[in-house]
Amino acid sequence: MNIEKRYIRKGSLEKLFEIIKSDSRTVVGPSARNDKISFKKIEKYSEITADYIQTTQSAKETAFPRTEKILDYSKNSDGISVIGTDLNEIPEIVLWGVRPCDTIGAGELSAIFNWDYRDEIYNNRKSHIAVLGFSCSKADEYCFCTSVGGNPGSTEGSDILFTRAGDDGDYLAEIMTEKGLQIASLAPDLFEKDGNVDKSGYLAKVPVKFDREQVREKLEKLFESGMWVDQSLKCLGCGACAYVCPTCACFDIQDEAHGRSGSRIRCWDSCGFSIFTLHTSGHNPREVQSQRWRQRIMHKFSYMPDRLAVYGCTGCGRCSRACPADMNILEQLISIQEAIV
Amino acid sequence: MTDNIYMPYLMKVEKITWEAPGVKTFMLKFVNDEDQVNFSFKAGQFGEYSVYGAGESTFCIASSPTRKGYIECTFRQTGKVTNALANCEEGSVIGFRGPYGNIFPIDEWKGKNLLFIAGGIALPPMRCVIWNALDIRENFRDVTIIYGARSVKDLVYKYELEEWQRRKDIKLITTVDPGGEAPDWRGEIGFVPTIVEKAAPSSQNTVAIVCGPPVMIKYTFPVLAKLGFADENIYTTLENRMKCGFGKCGRCNVGKVYVCKDGPVFTLAQLKELPDEY
Repeated sequence: MNIEKRYIRKGSLEKLFEIIKSDSRTVVGPSARNDKISFKKIEKYSEITADYIQTTQSAKETAFPRTEKILDYSKNSDGISVIGTDLNEIPEIVLWGVRPCDTIGAGELSAIFNWDYRDEIYNNRKSHIAVLGFSCSKADEYCFCTSVGGNPGSTEGSDILFTRAGDDGDYLAEIMTEKGLQIASLAPDLFEKDGNVDKSGYLAKVPVKFDREQVREKLEKLFESGMWVDQSLKCLGCGACAYVCPTCACFDIQDEAHGRSGSRIRCWDSCGFSIFTLHTSGHNPREVQSQRWRQRIMHKFSYMPDRLAVYGCTGCGRCSRACPADMNILEQLISIQEAIV
Repeated sequence: MTDNIYMPYLMKVEKITWEAPGVKTFMLKFVNDEDQVNFSFKAGQFGEYSVYGAGESTFCIASSPTRKGYIECTFRQTGKVTNALANCEEGSVIGFRGPYGNIFPIDEWKGKNLLFIAGGIALPPMRCVIWNALDIRENFRDVTIIYGARSVKDLVYKYELEEWQRRKDIKLITTVDPGGEAPDWRGEIGFVPTIVEKAAPSSQNTVAIVCGPPVMIKYTFPVLAKLGFADENIYTTLENRMKCGFGKCGRCNVGKVYVCKDGPVFTLAQLKELPDEY
């Protein structure tokens, strides 16, 4: 569909929120708790935090929950009964206030979940989410979206993208999809015509730091490089980077038994963990942390583009902000680009 | 099946065979007839076997696709799931997802000699293709099987080894590691690579299929090279840790190659293209 540009006045966002809520949709948005901003279910508009650079966790949890039930089983005298997750029970969610680096990340997750086998649990969740993206007017030194194909005002993955245009708190609303149109049609009066503002002046400035194509080309020759050891010397293998990443999709499958019944669950995992690839025999193809760090970078900047035609990084910078050992992926990627092979 | 790609088939444990210490074979039949009708697989493929409450574990389908109506798996009791499997009884119901992965290109082997080389618990992934070949025996020329284990008691499928020994259209060589022999042992004594070298099978018009522990594989490949086998004619399987079986959970890859999707069957020529991370 054609992009519709509208204008939404200061104060109208709250009205939009109320109308969406009264349409019995769940709204998930960024909310501050102490010094952390996280996505949570929003009951009152005042719970939403608009003034933030980045949430601690990405928004991926709405489509790919940290733990998700695959099936329930119960054992009885007749044998066993197994019931798969009821896809009809997946709620309609309006995801409010997502940054472009997360909306783009959803596309990268989709590539993984639909590679050959289609993961309908993920697809169903995703199809029930309407994404209201909010452009970035601020960035910090960890942000590098412009080096990986994004930008602070990217509409990719948003059903409606709001960009704060002007100092008086008015927003440009770019309605990108049918889903976005549907949301806008709940409150047609709020979306005023004449949204013909140039948003670029209102966006954060994020300088380009490297070229991902060049990083990809370099990686082809760097598998055996000693740089992986240097880069990962500080790595604790805690997996925090994977948990905050909007595109990390690695998971584990485990059973949780409660007496004679229980569930099989899929839960987030990380290639940074030492047991991630450990065989039962004790053999481990990735024995040391440098191999695991290499896997992380290679997967995102070499294997995914090769196999799935997408990169696995949106430049949100969360992994660097979250790293307890202060590893900085931006610095690492720059040094890969500059590596002499 | 449902849209839920993680939903296993329900399988009934029809028969349990004790193979060796800690090693059992399950014959599994589909609980729902419809699943049985719709199910098909090819030699080399694997699946996720699960005990509800304990979890899933990955291993090959050890029976031949030519034998319809059931599948078999052989496992060694080592971890949480295989211990739970070992506690199952005949009549127990377990889960199975699959088949996943690529296949042994048995159709391309028509008219060739087949050389199977296996060590220890790695005979099961090969048994599938051995029986597949034996059930269409006329398609192949000489069939040679070299199988070794640590000791006599560790040899699996002993009843089938006897059958293969008796058959005139198979050359079977069994061996046990030095010190692993029993008083009445009439097979070879020595490590598999040594026995392969001694048997010196011809590489002319022959494909070799090699499955075994890493150390056996490592020392068998050079012997085959010495015998004149081209890397393209040597097949093996990789067995990395997996969770999903279909390229999403992110742990079985060796470089760009996903063992669950691009494998588990690889030629030595393909293995040599991979980074050393398996």
